[in-house]
Amino acid sequence: MIDLLSSPFMQRALIGVLLTALVAPTLGIYLVQRRMSLIGDGIGHIALTGVGLGLLTGNQPVYTAIAVAIAGAIAVEMVRSRGRTSGDMALAIMFYGGISGGVFLTGLAKGKSNANLMTYLFGSPLTITEQDLIVMGILGVIVLAVTLGLRPWLFAICQDEEYARVSGLPVRLLNLLLAVMAAVTVTVAMRAVGLLLVSALMVVPVAAAQLLSRGFGMTMALSMLFGLVSGTAGFFGSIQLDTGTGATVVLAAIALFTLVALVTPLLRRVRRPRHTTSSSDAPEWVLE
Amino acid sequence: MTSVLRIEHGAVAYGGRPVLRDLNLTVSSGEVVAILGANGSGKSTLIRAALGLVPLASGRIELFGVAQKRFRDWKRIGYVPQRLGAGSGVPATVREVVAAGRLASRGFLRPPRRNDSSAVTEAIASVGLADRSRDPVSSLSGGQQQRVLIARALAGAPELLILDEPTAGVDSTSQEAFAGALRKFVHNGGTVLLVAHELGPLQPVITRAVVVHDGVIAHDGPVPRPAGHHADPAHDHVHPHAPHDEPGIWGTR
Repeated sequence: MIDLLSSPFMQRALIGVLLTALVAPTLGIYLVQRRMSLIGDGIGHIALTGVGLGLLTGNQPVYTAIAVAIAGAIAVEMVRSRGRTSGDMALAIMFYGGISGGVFLTGLAKGKSNANLMTYLFGSPLTITEQDLIVMGILGVIVLAVTLGLRPWLFAICQDEEYARVSGLPVRLLNLLLAVMAAVTVTVAMRAVGLLLVSALMVVPVAAAQLLSRGFGMTMALSMLFGLVSGTAGFFGSIQLDTGTGATVVLAAIALFTLVALVTPLLRRVRRPRHTTSSSDAPEWVLE
Repeated sequence: MTSVLRIEHGAVAYGGRPVLRDLNLTVSSGEVVAILGANGSGKSTLIRAALGLVPLASGRIELFGVAQKRFRDWKRIGYVPQRLGAGSGVPATVREVVAAGRLASRGFLRPPRRNDSSAVTEAIASVGLADRSRDPVSSLSGGQQQRVLIARALAGAPELLILDEPTAGVDSTSQEAFAGALRKFVHNGGTVLLVAHELGPLQPVITRAVVVHDGVIAHDGPVPRPAGHHADPAHDHVHPHAPHDEPGIWGTR
C-alpha cells in the first residue's frame, strides 16, 4: 500500500480526495443547518453546463465550471431568499437544465464523447494534474478561510436569519458569500469525487458528526475528521478493490455514519443509567 | 425623555390586505409598553414593522430619533422572537445561540474580546440557565428555549428590548425567571416594548398598555383590567392547545 504512494499521480489523487473531504463538510454544515442539504447536489448539476462549455470552447473545464456554478448558486440563493413556494419548481428547472446543458454542449464539442463527462460526474482523482491540484488547493483554502473564519456570522444567518437582520449583520452579503463558496466547493470536488457525489461529502460527515456532538463547533470539527477518515478509507479501499474512488469514498462516509448511528445509543445508555432521571427530563405539561 | 421608537401614520398590508392602518405610537426612554390585542389584530406586525422586518406601505418610523432606513445602530436594540429560528438542522449549544446576540456590538469580522465572552456568560446566568450553557438548545423545554432567546438579546446590552409574545406557553418557572430578568433590565434604565396575549407575572413591571384592534390603536394608557372569567383570581390562563406548545411529529422542535 505504501509503495502505491510513491508514484506522483497516486500522491496527487490522495491529496485531491483528502482536500475535498476536508473542505466539503465545513461548507455543508451551513446547508444542513438551513435544512437545505440537497442544494449542493443542485449546484453540482448546474456546474455540468460549465464543464460542457469548457469542452466546447477548448477552455479548462474547471474555470468555466466555476463561473457557471457561481452564477447558478447566486440564482439559487435569490430563489431561496424570496421564499416563494414556486421556488421549488424554479430550482428543479435550473438543476435539470444544468445537467442537460452539460450533456448537450459536450455533444456539440468536436472529438469529445460523453465519456469525458463521466470523469466530471463521478470524479477521476488519478488523472489530477499538478496544475489541477494547485487550483484545487487555492480554492480549498479560500473556502476554509470563509467557513471557519466567518463561523460566528454564518452560524447566525443560518440559525436565525431574521434575528441576524435585526442585529444589523450584512445578511445579504453573507448569503451570497455562502452561495459562492458552495459553488467553489463543488468545483474543488469535481475532479476528486465528481459533481454527482460532491453533495454527499457536504452532508454525510455532518450527519454523522451531529449524532455525537452537542454543539455547532463540535459538529464542525467532528465532520472534518469524519471527512478525512472516509476520504482515506475510501481512497485505499477503491485501489484495493479497483472501484470508482468517488463512489467508494461516499460509501465509506455512509458506512461511518451507520456505525456512529448504531453505536451512539449504546454510548448514551452507558453514560446515563436508565434509573436516574435528571430534572431536565421532567415534563413541562402534565395532562390531567 | 427621548423618543426611542416613533411610528407616524404607519400602515402595513400583506398582499393588498391592510393589517395596520394609520397607526401612531411613540415609546419614550424608560417606558415598559405592552402591546395587547386579539390574535390577528396586527400587534406582532407592529413590532415587526418597527424592526424593519416588514415594509411600511405608508407612514414613517424613527428609531432613537433616526429614520429607520438610515438607522445603523442595531446594537441598541435587542429582539426576542416568538421562537427559535428555523436553522435547527445542526445542534447548537445554549452558549452558541446566546453568543450570536453579541455579534451586533462586536462588529463584523472583529475577533471576540474578553468582555464579549463575559457578557454571554452573564446573560445566560441572568435567565437562570448557567448550568445548561453547554447543552444543546433542542434538549431544553419550550420555556427554557424562550429564556435562551431573551439571554441572546440581553447579551448585546441593548437599550431597547422588543419581545414578541415572550410568555406564551411558557411554564411558571420560566415566566418568573423571565420577569426577574426584565425587572433588572428596566431597573438599569432599559426600555421595553413587548407583545403579549396575557401579562401574568409581568403585570407589575408594565408602565403602559397599548391595545391594537383591527389595525388601529384602540387604547393607550394604563393596563386594562381583565374582564369576565379572565378577572377571576383562580383563572389559570394557559393555552395548551396553542400551536407552539405542541411537539412536532418528529418530537420537540
